Amino acid sequence: MAKSGTFSSLHDWLISEDFTSSRQARLHSVYLGWLSLVANPLAFAGFAVVLLLIIVAALAPVIAVHDPFAQDFLTALQAPSATHWFGTDEFGRDVFSRLIYGARTTLYITILVTVIVAPIGFVIGATAGYLGGWVDVVLMRITDIFLSFPSLVLALAFSAALGPGIENAVIAIALTVWPPIARLARAETLTFRHADFVVAAELQGAGTGRILLRHIVPLCAPSIIVRLTLNMSSIILTAAGLGFLGLGAQPPMAEWGAMAASGRQYLLDAWWLTTVPGVAILTVSLAFNLLGDGLRDIMDPRNG
Amino acid sequence: MAETSDTILTVENMSVEFPTLSGVTTAVSDVSFTVGREKIGIIGESGSGKSTTGRAIMRLQPPQAIVKATRMQFEDIDLLTASEEAMRSIRGRRIAMILQDPKYSLNPVMTVGEQISETVILHERTTPQEARNRTLAMLERVNIRDPERVFDLYPHEVSGGMGQRIMISMMLIASPSLIIADEPTSALDVTVRQQVLSILDELVVERNIGLIFISHDLNLVRSFCDRVIIMYAGRIVETIAAADLDSAKHPYTRGLLNALPSLDYPRDRLEVLRRDPAWMET
Amino acid sequence: MSMIKAHHLAVSYGHGDNAIKVVRDVSFEVAKGETFGLVGESGCGKSTILGALAGRNRQWNGSIEIDGEAIGQKRTRAQLAKQQLVFQDPFGSIHPRHTIGRTLLEPLEIHGKDRRQERIEKVLTDVGLPLNFRYRYPHQLSGGQRQRVAIARALILEPTILLLDEPTSALDVSIQAEILNLLKDLREREKLTYILVSHDLAVVAHLCDRVAIMQNGEFVEIASRQQLLENTVQHSYTRVLMDGSRGYVAGAHDHLRRRPRTSLPA
Repeated sequence: MAKSGTFSSLHDWLISEDFTSSRQARLHSVYLGWLSLVANPLAFAGFAVVLLLIIVAALAPVIAVHDPFAQDFLTALQAPSATHWFGTDEFGRDVFSRLIYGARTTLYITILVTVIVAPIGFVIGATAGYLGGWVDVVLMRITDIFLSFPSLVLALAFSAALGPGIENAVIAIALTVWPPIARLARAETLTFRHADFVVAAELQGAGTGRILLRHIVPLCAPSIIVRLTLNMSSIILTAAGLGFLGLGAQPPMAEWGAMAASGRQYLLDAWWLTTVPGVAILTVSLAFNLLGDGLRDIMDPRNG
Repeated sequence: MAETSDTILTVENMSVEFPTLSGVTTAVSDVSFTVGREKIGIIGESGSGKSTTGRAIMRLQPPQAIVKATRMQFEDIDLLTASEEAMRSIRGRRIAMILQDPKYSLNPVMTVGEQISETVILHERTTPQEARNRTLAMLERVNIRDPERVFDLYPHEVSGGMGQRIMISMMLIASPSLIIADEPTSALDVTVRQQVLSILDELVVERNIGLIFISHDLNLVRSFCDRVIIMYAGRIVETIAAADLDSAKHPYTRGLLNALPSLDYPRDRLEVLRRDPAWMET
Repeated sequence: MSMIKAHHLAVSYGHGDNAIKVVRDVSFEVAKGETFGLVGESGCGKSTILGALAGRNRQWNGSIEIDGEAIGQKRTRAQLAKQQLVFQDPFGSIHPRHTIGRTLLEPLEIHGKDRRQERIEKVLTDVGLPLNFRYRYPHQLSGGQRQRVAIARALILEPTILLLDEPTSALDVSIQAEILNLLKDLREREKLTYILVSHDLAVVAHLCDRVAIMQNGEFVEIASRQQLLENTVQHSYTRVLMDGSRGYVAGAHDHLRRRPRTSLPA
């Protein structure tokens, strides 16, 4: 069979609603999501940039042409050229290679923060919303306390207390990111709390854990995923901010915020030191925002 | 029904189409009917196009919808060519509409009394004090027990039956010649429904105007209206005098009647409607 | 033998001084295989009684006995499985992100039942749905099909009692007929006991053997199906509801009016 023929029959199989297995049903909804992502150019652009970021981070040793840590004072502060595409920094390290390796740091921080924050925010918010009463009051007041600090200040305080370093930066950022997630999870849970299908599960004997995990999670997941995706840009910015202030990644580790910070002293002579990581931060955080907006249109049950 | 001077509304070959991703969906297809000084019921199941028909007459269809007809005449006005400005002056004054939930037809941030008074001032150019007295009289007229209290209520504070009576009291002032009521009593309890319907009934009979009563409730339409239009899949399958409904010919109408549980004609099993694709082709 | 016994049942919402008594003091018994109707206007407490029987509303006084077993405010899983609720709105009672199969599997998992696929297939057949519907999501189903799924979910735990809360009032007339016929068939085949809540006396008279007519949280009358059909009911309120199910009665409202009006103001 011709290749296009295989694809079109696969397409037909995926869009057919006459399912013959639960795997087909699941693939069907994934495929429909993919079709609407492709149909939304901005979201697709965001998706492409994020995908590029992941590929670059995974293949950093292959892509980077120089050793990102190799210092060479003879070639310090060189302007972009054929050998050093984005120039070199004050220690003569290749900015392009550091940028590539910096993608790893950025991705590491965002993924780690997200993985920490999603379950904490969900468990706190959904438990508060589902159980209500004093549990709700206690959990939400704790959330309010965390929310009442400006996030960068809170992150600063925590990383200052925990000491500099990337793991501590991750913990500090996570502490500032979970409260809005918890609030969102609570609000979403409240809208479904008294839905007939939840009552039906209760009347069939389902326990709290089962209702939260099996019934509430699938409904809250889309908006929480959207929120987390939108949050990734602020995680990147906070990480960059902490790096810029010297509290995040420590030298010689390549991190975009720290790179921009160290280039600050040479701003007038070597514009590329701040510009290149700055543009990278801008691009990636914009990409996450666009992707998040697109996901909202695709996944939010209220939209379709 | 022959077109006489009593004819208020004439609709000929009206279709309403919605463009969708997978082509054009026809919600209403080629319907023709006239409304005189009578109560005419439009009955059909969900998706039969009955509400779309009512809205298309008022030109209140969603912006993407396409309405086509060979003729849509309301009294001296050609609804097909009337400007949007002309339509605004017709809606609410010459053609009034009652919806299932009156909350959506009332302004949520104005009290009920203010809204009726505004109609009074608009139509009768009275002073605010006079308008207030007229409003109280109108509220009393639709059997509202305590008009002074209801005057100061906001729409969310009134019950469904009260809300419908308030909508009718506004019509008493505007004095339309055609009322389109889209499931006006579906959300109401039986006793309240009787009250609202009898007020509506009196209004239509005494003012000698036309009423289009859109409903899914066969028993209600049959007992309330003079004539019944039965719609199926966007088409009119039958138009029949309400009193003759029992001798309806179309299999769909018969099917609907037999599907209905009845206190007077109990049967062990209800008839299940067999949908015939041929009904879609008339 | 009585399947359901309720004695001096009172149900309230809220706590302390704000508590509202929705059901005041009702007593009834439903025999095995019987269908008992609860009729009344919105807010009369008919759904609240159903909620108390189902275990949804726990703020009740009096006594409830189901299948000879006295029921407390808290129930065991086995007690919950004895009776199942079918909701009014087929669009809100099925989890929108679970396939039908998953919806039906869920109660089997909770109760640790075996032969799960077999049970799902049986119950889908029982309610007249094709087997491959188990892979579908609720949004791909019509209102009538969803209500069949809701009935299937209620049946999968093999309850003895179905509590039906306006099961057809959100459906079109022709679909209502299909569901009412299905409920009749199931009752016969599975030897089920029903309590049916409805505002429409014609629907209740079609399915029920006896009907309690409710007003303000109390029974005004318990009428048999025969009485409804022969029009020999006692209470005037029952007559009002019966008239209501026949449609509009010109002049019937007169006794509800305080002041007769003669003409419209100009």
